[in-house]
Amino acid sequence: MSATAVHSLWTTAAEVEPFGRIPTPHIEYAQLAPALIVVGAAVLGILVEAFVPRRARYHTQVFLAVVALTAAFAAVVGLAAGGYATTEAQIAAMGAIAVDGPALFLQGTILLASLVAVFTFAERRLDPAAHGNRIDSFAAESAAVPGSDHEKAAVKAGFTTTEVFPLALFAVTGMLVFPAANDLLTLFIALEVFSLPLYLLCAVARRKRLMSQEAAVKYFLLGAFSSAFLLFGIALVYGYAGSVSYARIADVVEGSVRTIDPALADTMGNDALLLIGGAMILVGLLFKVGAVPFHMWTPDVYQGAPTPVTGFMAAATKVAAFGALLRLLYVVLPGLTWDWRPVMWAVAIVTMLGGAIVAITQTDIKRLLAYSSIAHAGFILAGVIAATPEGISSVLFYLLVYSFVTIGAFAVVTLVRDAGGEATHLSKWAGLGRRSPLVAAVFAVFLLSFAGIPLTSGFAGKFAVFKAAADGGAAALVVVGVISSAIAAFFYIRVIVLMFFSEPKPEGPTVAVPSPLTMTAIGVGVAVTLVLGLAPQYFLDLASQAGVFVR
Amino acid sequence: MNPVNYLYLAALLFTIGAAGVLIRRNAIVVFMCIELMLNACNLAFVAFSRMHGNLDGQIIAFFTMVVAAAEVVVGLAIIVSLFRSRHSASVDDASLMKL
Repeated sequence: MSATAVHSLWTTAAEVEPFGRIPTPHIEYAQLAPALIVVGAAVLGILVEAFVPRRARYHTQVFLAVVALTAAFAAVVGLAAGGYATTEAQIAAMGAIAVDGPALFLQGTILLASLVAVFTFAERRLDPAAHGNRIDSFAAESAAVPGSDHEKAAVKAGFTTTEVFPLALFAVTGMLVFPAANDLLTLFIALEVFSLPLYLLCAVARRKRLMSQEAAVKYFLLGAFSSAFLLFGIALVYGYAGSVSYARIADVVEGSVRTIDPALADTMGNDALLLIGGAMILVGLLFKVGAVPFHMWTPDVYQGAPTPVTGFMAAATKVAAFGALLRLLYVVLPGLTWDWRPVMWAVAIVTMLGGAIVAITQTDIKRLLAYSSIAHAGFILAGVIAATPEGISSVLFYLLVYSFVTIGAFAVVTLVRDAGGEATHLSKWAGLGRRSPLVAAVFAVFLLSFAGIPLTSGFAGKFAVFKAAADGGAAALVVVGVISSAIAAFFYIRVIVLMFFSEPKPEGPTVAVPSPLTMTAIGVGVAVTLVLGLAPQYFLDLASQAGVFVR
Repeated sequence: MNPVNYLYLAALLFTIGAAGVLIRRNAIVVFMCIELMLNACNLAFVAFSRMHGNLDGQIIAFFTMVVAAAEVVVGLAIIVSLFRSRHSASVDDASLMKL
């Protein structure tokens, strides 16, 4: 064969495109602005760490984070005002991201909750100044071994871990994409983008550093374990449908695809792929939600992580993960409703009862709130199971309510302190109402809202999800939900009784006077609790307008 | 060779990894087992990609590799900091918060 013949063979071979041309991706930057603004600010935050002098970093980072989150929230409001939540809802970024009502509603909730959480991150007045430097909740230098000379030198030099702000922004980016993900690959990447910074944030507490590191290791190993399950589930569903796009998978599940090639016909016939794959994806999402039996990490991580991070994680992660769960069940797997509903029933029941019952035995306030968050995950799952439009909107509303109350409650926990940092043991909270009536009253409001007492936002939220569940044919679930609410009310009320009706101990904790930052966080929590409790209608309407997924 | 055999291999590797996570006590080894699970996922993706004749699975495999690399960075940082303060990477020793 001549050289030219070989050459022509080679060039022809190069021109053969067995999989067709790859089109230039078309990205709708305006519709993706919320996530892009936040990730841009996070990258800028890394540059700030590298180039801005240490002295100015704290203020620069706080400013950057607040501006970015506010701007991103403005972008979400702008998109919603432009009709993207209702009539203009669309799929952007080559099918990777959905811009629709639930996505925008949850993104707005996540951004506001993160903004409030960033205020608690930035708090520097709770502890007395060390060596003339104000200190926050985060380690002077997290690489230093606890108790070492290195650490003492870092504290003396006034170092602080300002990296927490860009890390939080990266986490927020992932959380913004997670409920909007419209294919399984984007879902997985968003999950990792918000999980990895959270693992690190758990490890950087200033006090009780061994516990903080332990919490981070536990969260990391279990989180990575669960994301491996999610990924294998994605592989199996991809094998079933031959695509990772939500719309395509939904079509294949319903059997309404137009062209079926032999490979697809082969895998479509194998329901085991779909059922096992779908179950494994659900395991990954339920882990992030903190539902029983995948909740084992929650109490340890919530207790060990720095309290502002716990508040952020408890609120924002839950919103993002429920958003993704809703989209998966309502958009991808509606054809399997009869398969996933019984399983989710069981999960919801054990989550509600398990969280509420185990919480009774807790003696640490952070662990108590962790088990309470597990019980709340169960209540939200009851709304998810409704499988009706009211189910979507009630879950959206509950998440809005729950996130602000949670951040506010954890912000109050940061205020009650003794020599070792935060006094989280419940016995130390005895008589807090005598010593510091305002803080105790605010915490009581949050606890009543968690318990779902009328005139607080918690009642409106619980009423919405239980009503949706009952209308959706899950009346038995509502009965279990009400019983576990009653059990949960017992331990919330017990804390209130402890605070107001027992004698304060002489060597009890002091209540720190926070800066306006934490006051804002707590104030927003109280305001949301009361406004959504007294006049929830506007927000319920907003949630029901936003409650339609695009496909 | 029939690509289904690769799926069996992927499922086997995934199971070995999951069992390792549950059985082994050293955080580094647990972490290696998780990496094994991720690689089993990659194998499954590539095998399914071959079966369906589209590129999605192979592209996802690349994404998974990047994610696994990022996870190594974060995970080793956390495990090393735990090791330095306790002189042990055993997940049984880390039990400050047990009830």
